[in-house]
Amino acid sequence: MKYLDEYRDGDVANKIVAEMRRIQTRPWVLMEVCGGQTHSIVKNGIDQLLPEGVELVHGPGCPVCVTPLEMIDKAHAIARRPDVIFCSFGDMLRVPGSDGDLFTIKSSGGDVRVVYSPLDCLKIARANPAKQIVFFAIGFETTAPANAMLAWRAREERMTNVSLLVSHVLVPPALEAILASPENRVQGFLGPGHVCAVMGYSEYIPISARYKAPIVVAGFEPLDILEATLMTIKQLEEGRAVVENQYSRVLNQTGNLPAQQLIGKVFEVSDRKWRGIGTIPLSGYRLREEIAAHDAEKLFDVAEIVTLEPEICISGSILRGIKKPHDCPAFGTLCNPQHPLGATMVSAEGACAAYYAYGRHLKPQGADALHRIAPAAVHAAPVNGGRA
Amino acid sequence: MLRRSTEAERKPMATPPDTTNEQQEAPEATVSPLFGSCPIPIFEHKQIVLGHGSGGKLTSDLIDKIFLPAFRNPILDKLDDQAVLTIAGARLAFTTDSFVVTPIFFPGGNIGHLAVHGTVNDLAMSGAQPMYLSAAFILEEGLPVDDLRRIVESMRSAAESAGVQFVTGDTKVVDRGKGDQVFITTTGIGVVPPGVNISADRAQPGDAILLSGYIGDHGMAIMSQREGLEFEGAIESDCASLNSLVAAMLATPSATPDFLHCLRDPTRGGAATTLNEIAKRANVGMLLREQSIPVRESVRGACEVLGLDPLYVANEGKLLAVVRADMAQAVLDQMRTHPLGKEAAIIGGVVADHPGMVLMKTEIGGTRVLDIMFGEQLPRIC
Repeated sequence: MKYLDEYRDGDVANKIVAEMRRIQTRPWVLMEVCGGQTHSIVKNGIDQLLPEGVELVHGPGCPVCVTPLEMIDKAHAIARRPDVIFCSFGDMLRVPGSDGDLFTIKSSGGDVRVVYSPLDCLKIARANPAKQIVFFAIGFETTAPANAMLAWRAREERMTNVSLLVSHVLVPPALEAILASPENRVQGFLGPGHVCAVMGYSEYIPISARYKAPIVVAGFEPLDILEATLMTIKQLEEGRAVVENQYSRVLNQTGNLPAQQLIGKVFEVSDRKWRGIGTIPLSGYRLREEIAAHDAEKLFDVAEIVTLEPEICISGSILRGIKKPHDCPAFGTLCNPQHPLGATMVSAEGACAAYYAYGRHLKPQGADALHRIAPAAVHAAPVNGGRA
Repeated sequence: MLRRSTEAERKPMATPPDTTNEQQEAPEATVSPLFGSCPIPIFEHKQIVLGHGSGGKLTSDLIDKIFLPAFRNPILDKLDDQAVLTIAGARLAFTTDSFVVTPIFFPGGNIGHLAVHGTVNDLAMSGAQPMYLSAAFILEEGLPVDDLRRIVESMRSAAESAGVQFVTGDTKVVDRGKGDQVFITTTGIGVVPPGVNISADRAQPGDAILLSGYIGDHGMAIMSQREGLEFEGAIESDCASLNSLVAAMLATPSATPDFLHCLRDPTRGGAATTLNEIAKRANVGMLLREQSIPVRESVRGACEVLGLDPLYVANEGKLLAVVRADMAQAVLDQMRTHPLGKEAAIIGGVVADHPGMVLMKTEIGGTRVLDIMFGEQLPRIC
């Protein structure tokens, strides 16, 4: 497929890995920031190709994972109301709150709908003037422009039945929190490609310099991730720590200025609670006072809902790169996508869910089956080219 | 409202949550300390949720916990898509299927086509020649008669091309709002030719795995229509009756006896779920090559956009075959001469390692496990 297969070529991958082997003199711990990158790494088995001693740990960049349980309970309280049509991105539906998930609310009669674009809520609102349409606006800087657009259009069109339940978080404060932690193991980052496509990467330059950690803004295809890994190792081996852009086919340093302006009109930076991590100062967005008429937290009586996070789940450590899914005794047995116990199992982009979806909880019998079949068949020609 | 964990929420579960993943240690031993302070409840579903109909883990939960205990018998226990019955010396294949698709008209077909193809295919996957069908209609008050006429006309033409006849039926009408336009249940019966012995438990190490064409077309056609998504190049459902393709495969020239071990049509849950079912039933492993799996460019693109995996998307006119290795090329050649098998491919093989599991060599050279789908596939945020 055009512009996909080009970034999944096994021969090129082998060359990049060979170059890593050539320059690597010691072990390195890198973190991929985005959930989408984690997903791609596990789906494609990229970590199996890396030289020994190059470890990828999984970052906090899964928007579903880091949405606090308390916010999910608020969403569920609103979604249960008979006067509400509750709209959400698909993978929020399976996230359990203290009592069930959006699927169970739907099966009990709640009107819960999956939307692909936040702007779909405007159509739903026009078609259902007697109902309150509430959109669960979560995510990082990536989803912020589209979510902001919904709030802005609702305001411009003076719609009285559209509101947003906002739980937006920002990447740079999370990276700082990770780097400042005394437990930190991460020496370099694969930066968040889609976030930087919106925001640019200027914000990362002082972080990289202050903590002497290379940050290579990376894409999501296997070769993007491998190339960015190579670039990061190169900086570490050479003792450099700067921000580099591997994903230059998509983004530049300034990012998408109209999107940034729209975000600025609708949101303001505020403290935010992160699931599994806790409150990080100035780490998210809330709706500006001018948009208060579309703020679901103000319109519906949910401010009182306070839910405490589980103390035992290790997802906080996973989100900060200190631990991996296998370090959790419940992983794949008591905690699985049907019954997630914590943040990183709830979304397909969460590290635990990605490990689970791609069978990392299963141990193939036949000794080291995963490794044994890996190297030999890399060059095996497909029996049928198949793909159009 | 201040919520903290209540006693009820802290209560350990009675059963381990994942029945497919056999646990070695007793669940009670690990549960109590782990959940002492966890306010996230682990809940068994008290009500039916949509995922129970997805064909994945939740569906098998229902079968294992509700249906099998009530109906258990040696024929049902095989859990094939059809029962093969020996009655008065004849081997008959017998199956039933309900159709509740929304929208009822979609690119490439409608619910009427599906109602014929689905049941014909379930019969054909035993190697049977489908003969007769029944049709039961549940109609919602207010359904335009013209819509029903179109659906029935589609059923007529689909049945004609599959060489089957409707010989009995039933009609019920429910109040407006108590159904969704039209639900159709079809039941079918067919004759299994002598010497044909096809069943999911017959896959053997060394066998080749063949796929009859592009995967994911039906699921993505429905999704694009249902969700109002527009993709470049319309995606059409692949719905088709596969009995003539199966007949062609059984007639592969210079075939050695009993070369065709398993046939399955990968409908709900997609190719990955179907292969897992075969691997578990036959207690064998499978190893696929990602590059050899045919996926139409438009379907692959749409899946990339939505964060879905075509291997878990439904098909309605494709089959997976497990064939003795020495016959694989001949069967493939034979399939490619049939209009429904032109893009057929050998996508992998059956192995003795990792029994019950399906592994895939990724394009980039890594390996991943393809597990069965656990509920509805959900579009990802970003």
